[in-house]
Amino acid sequence: MASYSLKINGTSHEVDVAQGTSLLWVLREHVGLTGTKYSCGIAQCGSCTIHLDGNPVRACVLQVDNVANGQEIKTIEGLSEKGDHPLQQAWIEAQAPQCGYCQSGQIMQAAALLEKNPNPSREEIKSHMNGVLCRCGTYLRILEAIEMAKEKTNTTS
Amino acid sequence: MKNISKKTIAPVGRRQFLKSSGGAALFIGVSGLLPNLISCTDAKGMQGQLAKHDVTAWVRITEDGQITIYNPAAEMGQGSMTALPVIFAEEMDADWSNVNVEFSPQESDIYGSPGWQPGTKLMFTVGSRTTNSYYTVMRKAGAQARYVLLHSAATHWKVPIEELTTDSSTIIHEKNGKKISYGDLVPYLTMPETLPDFNDGGLKDPKDFKLIGSQIPRTEIPQKVDGSAQFAIDLRLPDMVYGVLERGALHVAKPTLNNESDILAMDGVLKVVPFDYGIGVVANTLEAALAAKKGLDISWSDAQASGFNSQKIYDVYAQMASAPEKGNTVNEVGDVGQAFRTAAKTYEADFRNDYVYHAQMEPLNAVVQVAADGQSAEVWVGSQQGPDTKLGIPDLLGIPHEAVNVHLQYLGGGFGRRSMNDFVLECGRLAKEMAPRPVKLLWTREDDVRYGAYRPLTLQRLKVSTDAQGNLSSFSHCVVGDGGNLVASGARNDHYAIPNQWVEWREASHGVRLKHWRSVGHGPNKFAIEAMLDEVAHDQNIDPVAFRRTLMADSPRALATLEKVAEISAWEAPSPEGRAKGVAFVEHGSLGTGVCEISVDRNTGKINVHHFWIALDAGVVVQPDNVKAQMEGGIIMGISSVLKEQITLVDGQVQQSNYNSYPLLRMQEVPDSIETVIIPSAEHPEGVGETATPMVAGAIANAFLKLTGKRLRHLPFTPDRVLEVLNG
Repeated sequence: MASYSLKINGTSHEVDVAQGTSLLWVLREHVGLTGTKYSCGIAQCGSCTIHLDGNPVRACVLQVDNVANGQEIKTIEGLSEKGDHPLQQAWIEAQAPQCGYCQSGQIMQAAALLEKNPNPSREEIKSHMNGVLCRCGTYLRILEAIEMAKEKTNTTS
Repeated sequence: MKNISKKTIAPVGRRQFLKSSGGAALFIGVSGLLPNLISCTDAKGMQGQLAKHDVTAWVRITEDGQITIYNPAAEMGQGSMTALPVIFAEEMDADWSNVNVEFSPQESDIYGSPGWQPGTKLMFTVGSRTTNSYYTVMRKAGAQARYVLLHSAATHWKVPIEELTTDSSTIIHEKNGKKISYGDLVPYLTMPETLPDFNDGGLKDPKDFKLIGSQIPRTEIPQKVDGSAQFAIDLRLPDMVYGVLERGALHVAKPTLNNESDILAMDGVLKVVPFDYGIGVVANTLEAALAAKKGLDISWSDAQASGFNSQKIYDVYAQMASAPEKGNTVNEVGDVGQAFRTAAKTYEADFRNDYVYHAQMEPLNAVVQVAADGQSAEVWVGSQQGPDTKLGIPDLLGIPHEAVNVHLQYLGGGFGRRSMNDFVLECGRLAKEMAPRPVKLLWTREDDVRYGAYRPLTLQRLKVSTDAQGNLSSFSHCVVGDGGNLVASGARNDHYAIPNQWVEWREASHGVRLKHWRSVGHGPNKFAIEAMLDEVAHDQNIDPVAFRRTLMADSPRALATLEKVAEISAWEAPSPEGRAKGVAFVEHGSLGTGVCEISVDRNTGKINVHHFWIALDAGVVVQPDNVKAQMEGGIIMGISSVLKEQITLVDGQVQQSNYNSYPLLRMQEVPDSIETVIIPSAEHPEGVGETATPMVAGAIANAFLKLTGKRLRHLPFTPDRVLEVLNG
């Protein structure tokens, strides 16, 4: 066991876990931020996508040891104050989720894109989102939602 | 889309349900067959009454006008959290902006819909039956709730009940110019001596529907975009421990553990629990449990599937299809033998379908807590099976049915896999060992793939004849495979007027675990049927839509979907260079015809699907946008399975283990558009969750035939197979 200090959604969290523990288990089972989902464990599906210093990464393949050095970790719970990030609003408007299990990962992946590129083309969106799987087949509504959020952000800013 | 309101939803178990009902509230409920109304102003009094009457309720109304409606079906993305309450609210004439939705307690006697046998009730979210089986149940219950409100207002105002009308949570007495809201009526609620059962009318005329058929946002979606929606895997309880199992890549092989003491000595490991087909480990943390699982040294026995090679079995299946002895008859119309002997032309083809896996995004998991005395248990699970069997936990623990409390959670995908309860029983056994500590059991993705329960591998041998005019005179369909109805469903043609038909199933058995997979046998069987029709039409030089138009002459509803999809897909218009369209029809409760437009990369063998159009007749459609979402999802899951998905076994060992070896369709591979037109209907609602998926294989194969003149007859249409066909 070892102690780690993690900076998650702007708050410091102290955890005692074995060295090498996956960040995903730390977030979900130790800190209780269960919005980030487990689905494959090998960075193939993107359900566990979070932001590490603003970059979209797969929490399942990160070890706690490597993210406890002051890096900013952001999960779906920290994306917006009241669940009202433009993407979250657009997701509701497009009625994108079905079972909903992959959607935290989808939204976090999309949020990282819009932060770096506020006006991505459809092809850029598809390419950026290609790593996040959805078994219910909501891809077209996810695309629609990202394009909606993009429009909204660009007209208000 | 009009956003009517943001709803709040909380899953609720029976005890929580009773606890949460404090404050001034009214329950209109049904206890067994007897309606009960419980009105009280203090929580304590109400608790007493609830205990006395054993009431559970469909609806709760409070004085502030808030209405809570209880949804009895599992929510796995199909929209039950909205569809069923909408039906209830429609007949109750409730103001939807004040409606909240919660899961009902898991009590089939009260919340079941009609079961498979007359007089039985069932809470089983399978077979696309959510809206279909609950439509009448919810309408009648909503109408009864409205009747209680009308009766109470009539008593309060001392006017005849016949003079009252309702509109959006308000009771109106036109004659005296009086109005009272449902909330304001709560203190005056009284129970009528008898309640109409609405068996013989009294429900709304569908043309007067205000909520059913309108664009109402799904109630649970806000929770699914901020991470707060709770799946069973998200549960964390005080003192909870973690369980995992190592199961064989050879299904039901028996384990011998060679290093139990080493495992028990590992950090955090609490217990090793042997199962017939695996070794369970319980540990203080998930990471400790997974480390122990990795460290298990297990020798595996042989099993039935030992020596089984899935890709080599097709030759055996073809021989079985040729054997003179008939199999089990599924359908027989006329005399195919006679028609075949007198035919102007005959056709024969074999279609092959590899095993496919559910791949629901949330791996199987459950949380179970057994009481210290072993006499009761709490189960948290995302299950399609509902409470009918309490997921086998009462039998496992040898305790009464009512001593097990099931807390239904959201399902991170079902597709049939969560209608099995193998994972719940595993968790129950571990929880029994660890009582009273709660155990969270997790299947890793590798467990979920390798110990899956697949859609069976099948061979379809189709023999078809035409008469001198080129009309189909007979259609024979022989399915070879393991799993009975799992392979036979969808092999009948009830909407094609073919005078002589024969469907049979020839049984194989390999010891590979099998289960319903979205659309069940419809996927492989509709592929074979629809592809065969186009092979005949192609040979006879008849347009595939025209060919089906003739066959659907006696099925006007099916025909209407064909005509509509031909219209919206501009079937007659030529496709752009390098592309072609294909058509396929499916009946799975609802009726749908789909058209796709594809192209093929002749160097790589990769098929691209550019557009999909669907015309659907599902009877009354409760939530049109959600039905479209089901069509979109069904098509995408269909394309994924048809182009990419394949479970293979070598010497009985499942060869795939995760998404890297079992790829699913990704964002860059989806069509540019999927367009659905819903045909208006006042008929009883039919299921829509499994109508789109089985269209895909036939439509793609038929477009491919038009584009290349070649025939795709083996699912999935992987690039290698496509190249082989193109170069063959």
